[in-house]
Amino acid sequence: MASAVAHAPPEHAPHYTSTGLDHRKIAIWAFIGSECMLFASLISTYLVYKGRSVSCPRPHEVCTAADGRVFQPILNIPVTSQSTFVLLMSSLAMVLALAAVENKDKPRPANPTLGYRILSSSKLWLAMTALMGATFLGYQAYEFTSFVHEGLTIHTNLFGSSFFTLTGTHGTHVTVGVLWLLTLLAIDFKRGLTPKDALLVDICALYWHFVDVVWIAIFTLIYLIR
Amino acid sequence: MATTAAAPTFAPEKAASYGSSGIWSWITTVDHKKIGALYLYTALGFFIVGGIEASIMRLQLARPNQHVVTAEVFNQLFTMHGTTMIFLGVMPLSAAFFNYLIPLQIGARDVAFPRLNAFSYWIFLFGGLFITVPIFFNAAPNGGWFGYAPLTTLQFSGGLNIDFWVMGLQILGISSLAAAFNFITTIINMRAPGMTLMRMPIFTWMSFVVMFLLVLAFPVITIALVFLLFDRFFNTTFYAIAAGADPLLWQHLFWVFGHPEVYILILPAFGLVSEILPANSRKPLFGYNVMVYSGIMIGFLGFGVWAHHMFAVGMGAMADTIFALTTMLIGIPTGVKIFNWIATMWGGQIRFTTAMKFAIGLLALFTIGGISGVMHSSPPSDLQQSDTYFIVAHFHYVLFGGSMMGIFGGLYHYFPKITGRYMSEKLGTWHFWINFVGMNLTFFPMHFSGLLGMPRRIYTYDAGQGWETFNLISSIGTAMLVVSTAIFFVNFWRSRKSGAPAPNDAWGAGTLEWSIPSPPPDYNFAEIPVVTSRYPLWDLKMPERTSGIQHSRPDDMAITGAHAVAVHEETAYRSAKELGIPMPFPTAKPMVAALGILIGFCGILLTHVVPFAAGIAVAISGVALFVGTLYAWLTAPLE
Repeated sequence: MASAVAHAPPEHAPHYTSTGLDHRKIAIWAFIGSECMLFASLISTYLVYKGRSVSCPRPHEVCTAADGRVFQPILNIPVTSQSTFVLLMSSLAMVLALAAVENKDKPRPANPTLGYRILSSSKLWLAMTALMGATFLGYQAYEFTSFVHEGLTIHTNLFGSSFFTLTGTHGTHVTVGVLWLLTLLAIDFKRGLTPKDALLVDICALYWHFVDVVWIAIFTLIYLIR
Repeated sequence: MATTAAAPTFAPEKAASYGSSGIWSWITTVDHKKIGALYLYTALGFFIVGGIEASIMRLQLARPNQHVVTAEVFNQLFTMHGTTMIFLGVMPLSAAFFNYLIPLQIGARDVAFPRLNAFSYWIFLFGGLFITVPIFFNAAPNGGWFGYAPLTTLQFSGGLNIDFWVMGLQILGISSLAAAFNFITTIINMRAPGMTLMRMPIFTWMSFVVMFLLVLAFPVITIALVFLLFDRFFNTTFYAIAAGADPLLWQHLFWVFGHPEVYILILPAFGLVSEILPANSRKPLFGYNVMVYSGIMIGFLGFGVWAHHMFAVGMGAMADTIFALTTMLIGIPTGVKIFNWIATMWGGQIRFTTAMKFAIGLLALFTIGGISGVMHSSPPSDLQQSDTYFIVAHFHYVLFGGSMMGIFGGLYHYFPKITGRYMSEKLGTWHFWINFVGMNLTFFPMHFSGLLGMPRRIYTYDAGQGWETFNLISSIGTAMLVVSTAIFFVNFWRSRKSGAPAPNDAWGAGTLEWSIPSPPPDYNFAEIPVVTSRYPLWDLKMPERTSGIQHSRPDDMAITGAHAVAVHEETAYRSAKELGIPMPFPTAKPMVAALGILIGFCGILLTHVVPFAAGIAVAISGVALFVGTLYAWLTAPLE
């Protein structure tokens, strides 16, 4: 049995993985699987509690409180549609950032056009993604403060508790994503990201797209469906 | 290099010189074997705590109208007994085996993320202490291990007791999730060349299923606990009935986690038994493929049966019927496993080692627990048994008779691999028989006291209800369990230094972990082996034993690359440096990061004691410590 097999220089061993993929890529998928259950629990609770609040305000209905005050439907769908659009566009920027890093070792044309220079700038697209994420967070901060002014806090009623916890958890995920993107941007400025670093951007991108996809579910189920 | 002829030489004095020792080396270790040992010692410590809690309860219930402890202390005892045994005993004992065995069984030098692995351990230790220490201040959790809300909301459970429980479990959840991501990656990505999924040892397979259960079940209880935490600290309304909350929300979320948790507790023990039986029956496991499929099936169905814990709340005929059927269904893959184990022994040359006795003990006792489980799956029958001692009898047969028997068996079986020495078979036999008899004396009479109507969790009872004899027998059985466990600890402690020396292959088993020295060197495998069947070591030493199972054809080997070597026994202790194997640097950063999380939770807890802003300031400093350490950790090279 032994004679049939060649000997290995031991330093070759650590490079071998069963799937050929980097460990981090598999781990991030496992993490995303776990996050699906986290958001599923939050969204289910929101849906189970929909329409069960005993006090105002309500998401989609005009509501008259016991003291006679009238509350308008609190969800501002046009404004949140804008922030949703920004967040979804950030996924496009993320794709371009990853492509820019992956293509860095391709030979550059002698006279690159403006379009080429824009598309090949990983710094620009990482910054754009982070900026759009931050814009989404700004919209969310505006939404939360205006809700509080209109009389909805996390302890007002079941709607307030489940709404703020769900969207707040999502907002926390976006915040982590923005910090992650800014870290990558800092590395890019410090030493320049090369195609060897594509995996670092790739796993961040997977996380970022996941956070966007979850928002599609939240926006549809909480804002659009009455 | 294939030293088929060379007899394994044992060199404990050389093994002892391996790596550094001392407290600092344990704090900074990233070696999966040392982390496994940390899990083992810590979990055995918590196991003693949980056992003392149980013994005090049995002392109280031995006779009617006893007042050894007050009702309040009794509440804390049963809550902490359940919480300790599940989260701090059986789960981390399984984690000790995951850590120690999975890399060895798949032919890897460590786990995929060694530092994350250390982080998992430290966060487990801190979470365990966070939840256990309050018992010395009469402030331990007192709402049951299931912590039903709204009972556990501030309105009905003031004080810090439940706060410790909510946050302790939250901390422990982080540990389990981090470990699960790590081991999923390890098993998918670090198998030795040639080890296809269907050639993995069954223990690794069952662990693999458990990792998916952890990844999918823990987020659900995380959210349930976040709601409870917010209700208690930020005045939200998730469990406030007056605000219209559903009193069943907690129960659903908890049991969506809680039932997969049952399989998280039992599947590792099933895996250990599936290693012990073939080794000691000296033939391959019967029906390997079906064993794997039934393990996956159990994991899959485990998510569809949670509401059988809730038959008594009145969910309606439709829900009751569906969950009754899925529950009966899950008995099938479990039964298949039992029959496959029996068939593994059939016709084998059985050797009754202590580990083998425990494995057969599991078969018998788990089957009893499984049968009473099928009884509960019928809602009309369950309505009679719900919240009585019958249920206590049932789940102790599966958790003590199942999980703990498997874990004890695993400890006897793998002790020689971990320490290079055998545990005493004589003391082991005493341990087994006293444990076996004591276990049945303790828990079998509970079936009867339960059917006679004795409710769970009562702190004392009146005479004349027909419960006295059964309770007395249960308490005598508990005394026997204390004796048997003491024998185990004496055996364990003494054998570490004075047990008979064990060779590489202590039991003549067939999987990769037995091809390397006992205890293994820090790099595990000097050369990564190439695997051509499920029992690579038997291929090498006893090919007649594996002639009946599938092997790769020689030309398949080309696919796995030319860099690897065939399976062989490694006997020499050489340093990683000599061999040119890069090893991860020791680091304390995972421990500091875990400390940051602990401080963060302590800060939230403090808001109930000191001014709100002061507590939040502590919490923020904890988060800052965590994030800062995380950046330092991720920017430092691994090896």
